[in-house]
Amino acid sequence: MSGEPVNDINICIATENGSGSASSNTILFKSIFKMGLPCSGKNLFPSNIQGLPTWYQIRVSGQGYLARKDVIDVMVIFNERTAAKDVEQVRPGGLVLYDDSTPLPPSRRRDGLTYVGVPAWNLVRERIKVTQLRAKQRNMIYVGALAQLFGIPLEILREVLADTFGNKPVVIESNLLCIELGFRHMEESGSRQELCRLEPVPGGNKTRIMAEGNTAAALGAIFGGATVVTWYPITPSSSLVEEMIAQIPQYRTDPAGKKRYAIIQAEDELASAAMMIGAGFCGARAMTSTSGPGLSLMQESVGLAYFVEVPCVFFIVQRGGPSTGLPTRTQQADITMMHQGSHGDTRHLVLIPHDNASAFEMAWRAFDYAERFQTPVFVMMDLDLGMNLNISEPFAYPGQPFDRGKLLTVEALEAQGGRFRRYLDVDGDGIPQRTVPGLEHPGAAYFARGSGHDVDASYSEDNRVYKELLDRLRRKYETARDLMPQPILRNGAGGNAGVISFGSSFQPTCEALDRLAAAGKPMDHLMLRALPVNGEVRDFLAGHERVHLVEQNRDAQMTQILRDEFPEFAARIHPVLIYDGLPATAGEIVQLIEGGER
Amino acid sequence: MTEPAARLTAEVNRVHLSRKDYEGSESTLCRGCGHDAITASIITACYEASIDPRRVIKLSGIGCSAKTTNYFMNQSFGFNGIHGRMAAMATGAGMANHTLIPIGVSGDGDTASIGLGNFSHMIRRNLRMCYLVENNGVYGLTKGQFSATADRGTRLRKGAANALEAVDIPSLAILMGATFVARSFSGDRKQLAPLIEAALNHKGTAVLDVLSPCVTFNDHEGSTKSLKNIRANRDALHEIDFIPDYEEVRANYKEGEEIRVRMHEAGMVTLHKLKDHDPRHRSHAMHLLEEARAAGKFLTGLIYIDEDAPDFAEIQELTETPLSQLGQEELRPSPEALERLNASLML
Repeated sequence: MSGEPVNDINICIATENGSGSASSNTILFKSIFKMGLPCSGKNLFPSNIQGLPTWYQIRVSGQGYLARKDVIDVMVIFNERTAAKDVEQVRPGGLVLYDDSTPLPPSRRRDGLTYVGVPAWNLVRERIKVTQLRAKQRNMIYVGALAQLFGIPLEILREVLADTFGNKPVVIESNLLCIELGFRHMEESGSRQELCRLEPVPGGNKTRIMAEGNTAAALGAIFGGATVVTWYPITPSSSLVEEMIAQIPQYRTDPAGKKRYAIIQAEDELASAAMMIGAGFCGARAMTSTSGPGLSLMQESVGLAYFVEVPCVFFIVQRGGPSTGLPTRTQQADITMMHQGSHGDTRHLVLIPHDNASAFEMAWRAFDYAERFQTPVFVMMDLDLGMNLNISEPFAYPGQPFDRGKLLTVEALEAQGGRFRRYLDVDGDGIPQRTVPGLEHPGAAYFARGSGHDVDASYSEDNRVYKELLDRLRRKYETARDLMPQPILRNGAGGNAGVISFGSSFQPTCEALDRLAAAGKPMDHLMLRALPVNGEVRDFLAGHERVHLVEQNRDAQMTQILRDEFPEFAARIHPVLIYDGLPATAGEIVQLIEGGER
Repeated sequence: MTEPAARLTAEVNRVHLSRKDYEGSESTLCRGCGHDAITASIITACYEASIDPRRVIKLSGIGCSAKTTNYFMNQSFGFNGIHGRMAAMATGAGMANHTLIPIGVSGDGDTASIGLGNFSHMIRRNLRMCYLVENNGVYGLTKGQFSATADRGTRLRKGAANALEAVDIPSLAILMGATFVARSFSGDRKQLAPLIEAALNHKGTAVLDVLSPCVTFNDHEGSTKSLKNIRANRDALHEIDFIPDYEEVRANYKEGEEIRVRMHEAGMVTLHKLKDHDPRHRSHAMHLLEEARAAGKFLTGLIYIDEDAPDFAEIQELTETPLSQLGQEELRPSPEALERLNASLML
């Protein structure tokens, strides 16, 4: 698999967090991207600010595979504490780059590996002036060393540095010097490797963009018209709202310099959810962003928004649970909590992006769905998608104007005699009409409540009224079924077996399917993009005797939902479960599918 | 006390509504409940201050108090949400539309127990709203457990004594940076109605802690929040009057005996001193509250006010048009903006 001499390599860089390695890794990754190569960067970092082990994996794949790779070809051991273990991870025949300022302890030596040293500490000590920056610049040395070993042109590194630190010439110069020191040292020492050569592909990434998924979602929310944004800091979702804070002023400052938005850092998630509901009730496009623990706290509000029928959007960037779990690792284990959040009978709309472009699109669409269906909408992200720099097609401009659903204007109210009944199913689709405070019409007001209510929003404990309400809410959910984003069918291999994936499992699943096809086992692939699912999923299940469902959790949460939706096909669905906190790999998926096929 | 200035005695007020237009659905609370008297004061205050009901949003959490927003101003939007989260809901509502007049009605459990955090942070933000706490020291809807405002030593109907110190809402509010803090008593409409009128015209969070005896679960001998004990121990700072802008203010201002505070939105509060206290003096307000607490007294009146602090809409630098009324033209960036954005993410 790794025998390709050109543009196929997986480099793992082991460092200490807070040591400046994040900058080094980003520069390296962006440079490879700039060479036009398909690449992905996976940050495996600790829940800590400084001093703990952290790893960054850069994969280059001429074939365009962007998932985390199963095997590590090159290990950069720049963290003494993990070096012995890190060396164990390298595949036979792989390469280890180490800091040979001091001799490598024998425990780090393994047969069958190539060792290349670069005296990073010594180079920095000898050649870099003592400044606050210096301590963090040792890591730039390996950037230069790797660049020379694998063929990343210095010119590109220089451009990326300028692009990244544009207004800080001192930082650019100092970093460039370190990179050059590493680069020149490798030239002079004559070190070589034959694993892989990186060859630029002119125009290869010309139309592609690079961003974190949280950035994509944040920008999508801005284009979706989000005006009230409430949040409480939590990994891995914080950067979503932080990106909004950074970006929104350029788009939403009025001529007087005032803001056409409000971003509120709440005192807790109980408050951020309730604030969002207050804003949604009053007609603003309101959203919050959080992760598992925050969503746990928000559950009561989820039920309130569902029952009172308040439009609002939850961006959920999942991490390892339960409890505090693994805050800096990825998982898809909050599906049930999104789909059936709150006590009582509920069913919620869930949008599932699988890359940056779809995160942008689903983010703006979420506000339309929320208003169309007057209900909470969840945008299901995860740490892998949200916090890693991913490459994708550019964001596409929203193809439709704001959908405010059945929001009544004064004219519309007048046209129907100046009256409306808040919870009456006027059209038989389960969706009632809605007014918002500030609508100056004597017939506009109603009294919303989270307790039992009739079609006029009055308090009711009547058993028939209550059951009718629950049934109408279910009807509304059924209406949504065919209007939510449709799943995407790939391959069309036409075999007996199929694979279903969703969200960030997309990349490793595609790669796994290519491997299976190459091994003579072609399978169709259906990618879910939303809940509730519709008839296309039924057709897929009906058309395949065996369907493997890839999900990154222990309890097969999506499998449970599909088995519940299509009990007649329950036995056909075989969950493929990956839940160690690391982004799924093609190898893991292939192994689990093949295990299931036996 | 001064003679109330000639009020509009006609059938309608300045927004051409009758008192009846400010009424709501029939109360389902216990007969004689203090909360119903507070509702009547809210109706009086809103009618007399000529508040436009279409600009009002009524908010509440859970509990007996939360029900009362249904008993006044049927022409206003209302939202009876979940326990303890009314302050946060109001914050979102206030950001979505800062031109609304939010009237929140909460209880002592809703505010001082389950909602203490959100209540405190709403105050820190100085969200514009009139926030009433119908404070009876007891959980009514769940039939009579102590709440966090029950005084130490007060007794339940069946005799159990409360061992914990009470959360004193006015003291807490001042500590959190509140800009309008008052306490009153449900049975004192003459004091309560003008306080509500002032609160409705305040720029920022107006906290009104209103003692409101629970006739069913907390009105017995040994309870500090019984009607009898409140009546015996309330201690008014001043006599208060709210003078709308359209009324003439008496010229004979008596230096030292009277304090006048112009409200941000409209009108003026006049305070005829019974105690030596200027409600613009924060540390003195805290001092008096502490003294009253030690003596088992309920200090009432406008305890603290600051009309100059920016409210949350100002702090957030919100645009003039309510966010909820902005359209796609103002909110969605142009295709050219997206092109630039995409270009910035390419290398």
